[in-house]
Amino acid sequence: MNANLKRPAPALEYLTTKKDELVGWARKFSLFPYPFVTACCAMEFMSVSSTLYDTDRFGAALPRFTPRQSDLLMVVGTVTHKQAPILRKVYDQMCEPKWVIAFGVCATSGGFYQNYAALPGIDKIIPVDVYIPGCPPRPEMVIDGIMQLQDKIARSKHPIVNDRF
Amino acid sequence: MSDVLPNPIRPAFTETLGEDHVIVNIGPSHPATHGTIQIVAELDGEKVVRTDVHCGYLHRGFEKECESHTWHNLIPYVDRLNYCSALINNFAYCDAVETLMGIEITPRCRYLRTLLAEYSRLADHLTCIAASLMELGAMTAFLYLVTIRDYIYEHLADLTGARVTYSYGRIGGLARDLPEGWLARLAQILEQYEDFVGRVHGLMDRNRIFIDRMRDVGVLTPAEAVNWGYTGPILRSTGVPRDLRKDTPYLAYAELDFEVPVGIKGDNYDRYFVRMREMDESVHMIHQLMDMLPGGPVSVEDRRCVLPDKQLVYTEIESTINHFKLIIDGPQVPAGDCYVAHESANGELGFYIVSTGAGVPWKVHCRAPSFVHMGGAHRMLDGYQLADIVPTFGSINMIGGECDR
Amino acid sequence: MARPDAETMREQVAGDGRETTVSHGTVVVELAPAAFLATAQELKSRHGFDLLLDVTAVDWPEREPRFDVVWHFYSTRHFLRVRVRTRVSAADPVVDSLSALYGSAGFMERECHDMYGIRFRGNDDLRPILLYEGFEGHPLRKDYPKRREQPLVPYRK
Repeated sequence: MNANLKRPAPALEYLTTKKDELVGWARKFSLFPYPFVTACCAMEFMSVSSTLYDTDRFGAALPRFTPRQSDLLMVVGTVTHKQAPILRKVYDQMCEPKWVIAFGVCATSGGFYQNYAALPGIDKIIPVDVYIPGCPPRPEMVIDGIMQLQDKIARSKHPIVNDRF
Repeated sequence: MSDVLPNPIRPAFTETLGEDHVIVNIGPSHPATHGTIQIVAELDGEKVVRTDVHCGYLHRGFEKECESHTWHNLIPYVDRLNYCSALINNFAYCDAVETLMGIEITPRCRYLRTLLAEYSRLADHLTCIAASLMELGAMTAFLYLVTIRDYIYEHLADLTGARVTYSYGRIGGLARDLPEGWLARLAQILEQYEDFVGRVHGLMDRNRIFIDRMRDVGVLTPAEAVNWGYTGPILRSTGVPRDLRKDTPYLAYAELDFEVPVGIKGDNYDRYFVRMREMDESVHMIHQLMDMLPGGPVSVEDRRCVLPDKQLVYTEIESTINHFKLIIDGPQVPAGDCYVAHESANGELGFYIVSTGAGVPWKVHCRAPSFVHMGGAHRMLDGYQLADIVPTFGSINMIGGECDR
Repeated sequence: MARPDAETMREQVAGDGRETTVSHGTVVVELAPAAFLATAQELKSRHGFDLLLDVTAVDWPEREPRFDVVWHFYSTRHFLRVRVRTRVSAADPVVDSLSALYGSAGFMERECHDMYGIRFRGNDDLRPILLYEGFEGHPLRKDYPKRREQPLVPYRK
């Protein structure tokens, strides 16, 4: 109905902002990554999850190896055309809210594999939130990428009851 | 999502052999398949009746890329084959091209390549054992071993500039010589290695649970292993003492004192133990090499493939042209073909290169041990339990980049 | 007992009129496709080449016959390698399969078929291994453009 064109009262706006901040804070510090690991970047993924560069400090350490229980899809390594249907399926199986990190230059753009086999970037088939370039990226870059994603989550709106609230 | 996604493979069987058997799909996105392998397994309860292993999900067109880059430019592609021990790939490829060109590397280069190859092998075995122990649930061992591996990565980053994929080998030598203090740090890391690996030995070797899960699981007989093309630690775990470093020594291996550890039963436990012992042998070799390193240049003075000194490039026209031709056209490798194999962490890593005399290869084929091992993997998986697939697969050390190239 | 070196092995393998050379320490045998299976069986049973290392092909588009099919074998007793090479044309790229002699031949022949289109008589499982169902063409042939992609999932946007 046209009645909804009226702007909400300032008090309600204040509440939604605070709610977004609270939910954003909770979501960004409790990321459950699904490490979709394919290639060499896996080595750096293992390093960044281990003791020297710990992702547990960011709340993003506990991997959930099923898309149904995870909210962060980390595509680590080259995705080939053969693997693309599997990536698409895994992404579709995840529930909202979900974020995608393209870890490494092969996931970002295909890297230096510009040929018949490699998908030139996973954003050709799924939307990506943060791109972490590098071949493979240093663990510090990965942590920077995760922190940027956390900032993005903190800034965004989190409708939890319906479209508006 | 409106359309049904296409299935990229055709399984070998879609009908079960028995009444209440179930066909289960494991992978290709799976925590324990070390990347991208798909195993279609027919199960009778918990027992695996037959499996169909599918690889190729990481086929990145290595050979096709090689045909459009110069002999030098494709060294980064070679790195990403077995990315756990990238230096061994570098040196095997450079050895193949040097053989075809008839280049003899300098003594310092020979010893350094041997040292770095053993160092890389250490990193690879650490990764393999760490990952397979983690999949059994031994998270502590994983963290210990990956910590040491991280020290190795940082240390190699001091030398080559990169942590994982180094691109350090050059045709005719190496990219640069060792920096100051590199060997001192190496000695420190090897000491810490002894400590950490000692703890892992203490946790695992006589652990009742570990033995129950790994002993007599995934057994391979020596005849089967040879028939299915196994080389490297898997072949040695069956009792066949074949190691290219001992049998047909290359680089500086003829001058080193080391043993070739051999297993007794060819099961998962033997593969784990052979790798642990091989790491110790590698450390022993590195200690010997640290004392044996001669001085001298690290690359040959061969203008056919080694770039001239930068000062000369800026001052002399011949060096400028030489540099230009090497970069743009690539080193002219004489026509012919050759196959050179090194003992990588997984087995015989061979490069079959075909040249037509140009600076761009006609063909570069990598004989990848992981690919061949996947061909026989079903012999180790069939007949065991579903839960045994994970440790058996971990002990094969399939590296996706090498398997699918 | 002393192990034979490459030259001695070459003489043994050359036996009854095969064309053999030694190239960079490897014995190389050139023969016609029809003679291949018998040679492979002899290499395995008589000369001790018990490990099949590799099966691959080389594409020479300007030449007829177009493809070189190359096998590498290793002897775990003598520590020697042998390369066997044969030529097949693009019109009839068929050679005999080694899957009855060596288990490892299965995967390797599938890869060679995927990449070059070489068919192996006797191997009835030549499904795509590195490529996927629905991929048309053989990418390592020189006339397949490197960048021709055949995506399975349609691109978004």
